[in-house]
Amino acid sequence: MDYDLILRVYPFFLQAALVTVQLAVLSTVLGLACGALGAYARLSRMSVLRFIGAAYVSVIRGTPALIQLFILYFGGPQIGIQLDAFSAGVLGLGINIGAYMTETMRGAIIAVDKGQVEASRTLGMSGWQTMTRVVLPQAARLMIRPLGVNINAQIKGTALVAAISVVELTYTAQRYIGSTYKPFEMFLLAGLIYMVIIYVTGKGVSWIDRQVQIK
Amino acid sequence: MTKEQPFIDVRHAQKKFGALEVLKDINLQVEKGQIVAIIGPSGSGKSTLLRAINDLDPLTSGEIWLEDKQVNKDLPHRQYEKHINTVRQEIGMVFQHFNLFPHLTVRQNITLAPKMLKDISDDEANQLVEEQLAKVGLSERIDFYPSQLSGGQKQRVAIARALAMKPKVMLFDEATSALDPELVEEVNLVMKSLAAEHMTMIIVTHEMTFAESVCDRVIFMDEGVVVEEGPPDVIFKNPQNERTKNFLRKHLNG
Repeated sequence: MDYDLILRVYPFFLQAALVTVQLAVLSTVLGLACGALGAYARLSRMSVLRFIGAAYVSVIRGTPALIQLFILYFGGPQIGIQLDAFSAGVLGLGINIGAYMTETMRGAIIAVDKGQVEASRTLGMSGWQTMTRVVLPQAARLMIRPLGVNINAQIKGTALVAAISVVELTYTAQRYIGSTYKPFEMFLLAGLIYMVIIYVTGKGVSWIDRQVQIK
Repeated sequence: MTKEQPFIDVRHAQKKFGALEVLKDINLQVEKGQIVAIIGPSGSGKSTLLRAINDLDPLTSGEIWLEDKQVNKDLPHRQYEKHINTVRQEIGMVFQHFNLFPHLTVRQNITLAPKMLKDISDDEANQLVEEQLAKVGLSERIDFYPSQLSGGQKQRVAIARALAMKPKVMLFDEATSALDPELVEEVNLVMKSLAAEHMTMIIVTHEMTFAESVCDRVIFMDEGVVVEEGPPDVIFKNPQNERTKNFLRKHLNG
């Protein structure tokens, strides 16, 4: 194990990790938006929306994220979508995780006891009022931990964008291997940094979860 | 009290779940201020009938009327929503499992609907809560969360929540069935006090002694039909129908 090498390169890895964090944060925000829209569509009264929601989920979950990124980045220009690697990465990862978040959010919403809806509706509250004031506040609490699992997967998923040459943590590790021929040290260092990011994020999710739980 | 039109009128109510007919041509009239108990074995359709009255379980055919308004109208979605949300404000309902909103305090549980649906100020809302909680004897629990209450207290809050909408009629769907035996009485007392105020009530219950003590009329249902109905002393002391006799034998001595 070449400790000197690790000490020499780790600042560059930390810089790259910043890109990884940016990718994760931006794509998670996009994913949450896609997930909310997807869940809304899947639970809609309108069959067209339900179909679109279901199609989104099954297409995205039914194909490799790597292929989705390749289609977007390499295939995009062919149909007039020209994106730089980072934007393609955020967009691709966000749309991808959004499909998983759709299911997480939908699951949390339908997990709220039916009696809650009945109680609200019998008081005369509308479907929308019931959703926003009774169901969603409870569903939001139910979805925090499972969304945390999605986010965990997303952080690791950012490694994929190395394949479309976004200079993030994994890409950086590969680049340094090219000049140092020390794949063991380089990948170990990258893996360690991923672990720290995931550990901190996990703690954050748990903290949020504890704050919002009903007494 | 005018006699021309009943306060609540259930006309030829029929309800099917696929091939299963749960309600078979039920007719039921309730006068203003009357307290009606619906009894019967499980699966007899009594809860379904109660839940049809506010269109929570819509009928397959038949009509439900509250005074001069038909409850279960066949309307396009938006119009139906508007219609039913207005009608339901006049029909309070209490559930077996309370269904309090766990993320809201007792105060918020009670004021949520009145604040959203009626144009009332914060002061009026506070007054409303205090009034309703006093009625169910839980004034000191006003800022508690449902999880901090006993089952009996939860159900009393649920009753206060329904009353806060100032309904014209209250529906009770086995309100004490999920309670520990020692907590039943406190809920029964609240219902009795409502009876004393001449609130119109329809009560689906398994508690024969309670039904006998508060109700003006008892309806015995079995297999989706009203088998027998009458004043409690007739139904409980001197039932005519064999099925009623069988049911009561099991329930009064059990």
